[in-house]
Amino acid sequence: MAARTVDPLVPVTLVVGPETLLAERAVAAVVRAARRAQPDADVSEVTGSEMTAGGLAEHTSPSLFATARVLVIHDVQNVPDAVGDALVAFAHEPVDDMYLVLVHPGGVKAKKLLERLRKAGVHEVKAERLTKADDQVSFVRSEVHHAGGRIDEAAARQLVEAVGGDLRTLASAASQLASDAPSGVVDQQLVGTYFEGRADVKGWVVADRAVEGKTGAAIEELRWALQTGTDPVLVIGALATALRTLARLSGAPRGVRDADLARDLGVPPWKIRILRGQLRGWTPAGLARAIRAVASADLAVKGGVNDSTHALTTALVRIDEARSG
Amino acid sequence: MNGASDAAGMADMVGTAGMTSTTSASNANRGNGTSVWDAVVGQPIVPALQQTVADASASLDGAPSGSMTHAWLFTGPPGSGRSVAAKAFAAALQCDSGGCGTCAECTDVRNGTHPDVAALVTEGLSIKISQVRELVPKAALRPARGRWQIVIVEDADRLGEDAADALLLSVEEPPDRTVWMLCAPTAEDIAPTIRSRCRVVQLRTPPSDAVATYLSTTEGIDKRTATFAARAAQGHIGRARALATDENARSRREEVLKLPFALDDLRQCLDAAASLVDAAKADAERHCDALDAREVDELKRALGAESTGRKPRNMDAAVKELEREQKLRRTRVQRDSIDRALIDVLALYRDVLMLQLGVRTELINDEMRASLDRLARNSRAESTLRRMEAIGQAREALMANAAPLLTLESMALTLREG
Ligand SMILES: [Zn+2]
Repeated sequence: MAARTVDPLVPVTLVVGPETLLAERAVAAVVRAARRAQPDADVSEVTGSEMTAGGLAEHTSPSLFATARVLVIHDVQNVPDAVGDALVAFAHEPVDDMYLVLVHPGGVKAKKLLERLRKAGVHEVKAERLTKADDQVSFVRSEVHHAGGRIDEAAARQLVEAVGGDLRTLASAASQLASDAPSGVVDQQLVGTYFEGRADVKGWVVADRAVEGKTGAAIEELRWALQTGTDPVLVIGALATALRTLARLSGAPRGVRDADLARDLGVPPWKIRILRGQLRGWTPAGLARAIRAVASADLAVKGGVNDSTHALTTALVRIDEARSG
Repeated sequence: MNGASDAAGMADMVGTAGMTSTTSASNANRGNGTSVWDAVVGQPIVPALQQTVADASASLDGAPSGSMTHAWLFTGPPGSGRSVAAKAFAAALQCDSGGCGTCAECTDVRNGTHPDVAALVTEGLSIKISQVRELVPKAALRPARGRWQIVIVEDADRLGEDAADALLLSVEEPPDRTVWMLCAPTAEDIAPTIRSRCRVVQLRTPPSDAVATYLSTTEGIDKRTATFAARAAQGHIGRARALATDENARSRREEVLKLPFALDDLRQCLDAAASLVDAAKADAERHCDALDAREVDELKRALGAESTGRKPRNMDAAVKELEREQKLRRTRVQRDSIDRALIDVLALYRDVLMLQLGVRTELINDEMRASLDRLARNSRAESTLRRMEAIGQAREALMANAAPLLTLESMALTLREG
């Protein structure tokens, strides 16, 4: 994490990017550093649209009291032009003990202002989304490390696969794993145990194996999931979602960017590559048959069949036939 | 009055919202020579009920009671006008001239202000035992002004077991002048103990020409619109009124009827299913959002009424319970909305089937005959039948609480295949 390795106490910190977790951390790092330097440091937070040139002058004029002050301006892209000019002027000629943190969500708005600030030599922290699975894996590893634990590549990857690419979820999972791990070592078994409590995860595993054509494994996972108390309805939901997503992917026009595709399908961008892999071996007709098989299982389970294991196993077998047929 | 239950079994349809209120509003415009029975559309049972009213009137002067009895059950498919019929019957019983529609008795019953006619209407998923307990003492009173003390329970199918028990005693042995009128889709929806005490009035789905005439004569809707709406609503009066008066309802229906024409590939099928679910969700929001908020407010006010600004201890639990019920209601509203859409699609395929079989009959969707012709030419009667079956199965599955999106996706894919 860049924000953690650079001494954050500089006159102007520019935080740019859409990943709010990283942006928040960059802001917090400055505040923490200011408080470390001066415990009674004065911290104010405003949003760009409510900032006026007069208000900024009030904040940034030299203080009579030698108190460190931190001013965080969120959504700095929305500041009026006059404020923008004043910010650039401040960057060129900072005031002692005054620290500005300017938060910009990325994108083109107020790009000129960003350029001018960069030219003035402000310190920039990037808060980009981590869309690649590899980056998410390193994120997990560094999180666990910062929480005082250790985790190997395989276990970190397993965690990313289980909870997806949302950094907040990953961060809280990592810190919990690190604190729960005996002697701080987080291994694959612990990751597995940790997620046993999340009933939907098992449904997803069944669904993934099923659409990949690994029917034997899917049936094993199914039995295990149901034995350990997973609601059959959750498994059906996962199967329906997995097939629906593949069906939508199969019908997507060629040449669409992965990011747009991900938004359209409602999945994180890193999932697209996995989905493409899963889609191999399917025809549209096969997907249609598979969806109908899951709908029959749903009706059987809702209609109160005695044996939902049987209804779901039947669905898995039919999905297999639909895939190979 | 045995004729009432014998007239059974000729029905098949759905939904009922807004019916009572609109009826009372429109009745205000009536000219002379009308009666409370005009609002009971297309029901051959009416003369039998009129005979009962005459018998009841005679019994007040000491004659035998004839077909009059103390507990009635109005059944019939949604939209057939169960509660409207019950109200008309109530007014006719109170009126000196069998339901003239203009005297004070008739007017007050219609407006819901008659002191001797109480109606239990519920927006909830079930009728609470407390609601029944409020009614039962009322039913024991002698009529203050009218001839009878009448209690109407709309949606009696929503009586829970306790509530039904609380009602039972009063229905079993009512005071002399008390009349209970329960309304429910079918007699089977009522606990057998209560059902066995009631005389059943079975309503049918009114024929569309009767609905059209009703809309144009009593609600002032122009003939063409009335005819279209009655035909499209397939005899569901409330739905016909909505289609005749509400632009939004008409365009919703038009959207739905595009579905059979946009099932070219997998993605379109999934989109069609998703848009049905989305539209139903929007319907549920329109219907439930404000209502939910108001109910929570009312509950909080009721619980907090005695306390002095402090939150009563049982408040959270009570609010939670209410919210649970509201969620169920939302699910039901959503399901009903999907069902209404499916009925429209089903009717479209029925039209296609008629064309394929060369049956000369009025099409429900006559205004889209050209597209229907195309659909008819491009497939065979057997696949139309299979499609209709798929829609029927989807409706049943949804009533059995199957996952809406998945069910509709499966249906759309079957429709595509034919
Ligand atoms: Zn009258």
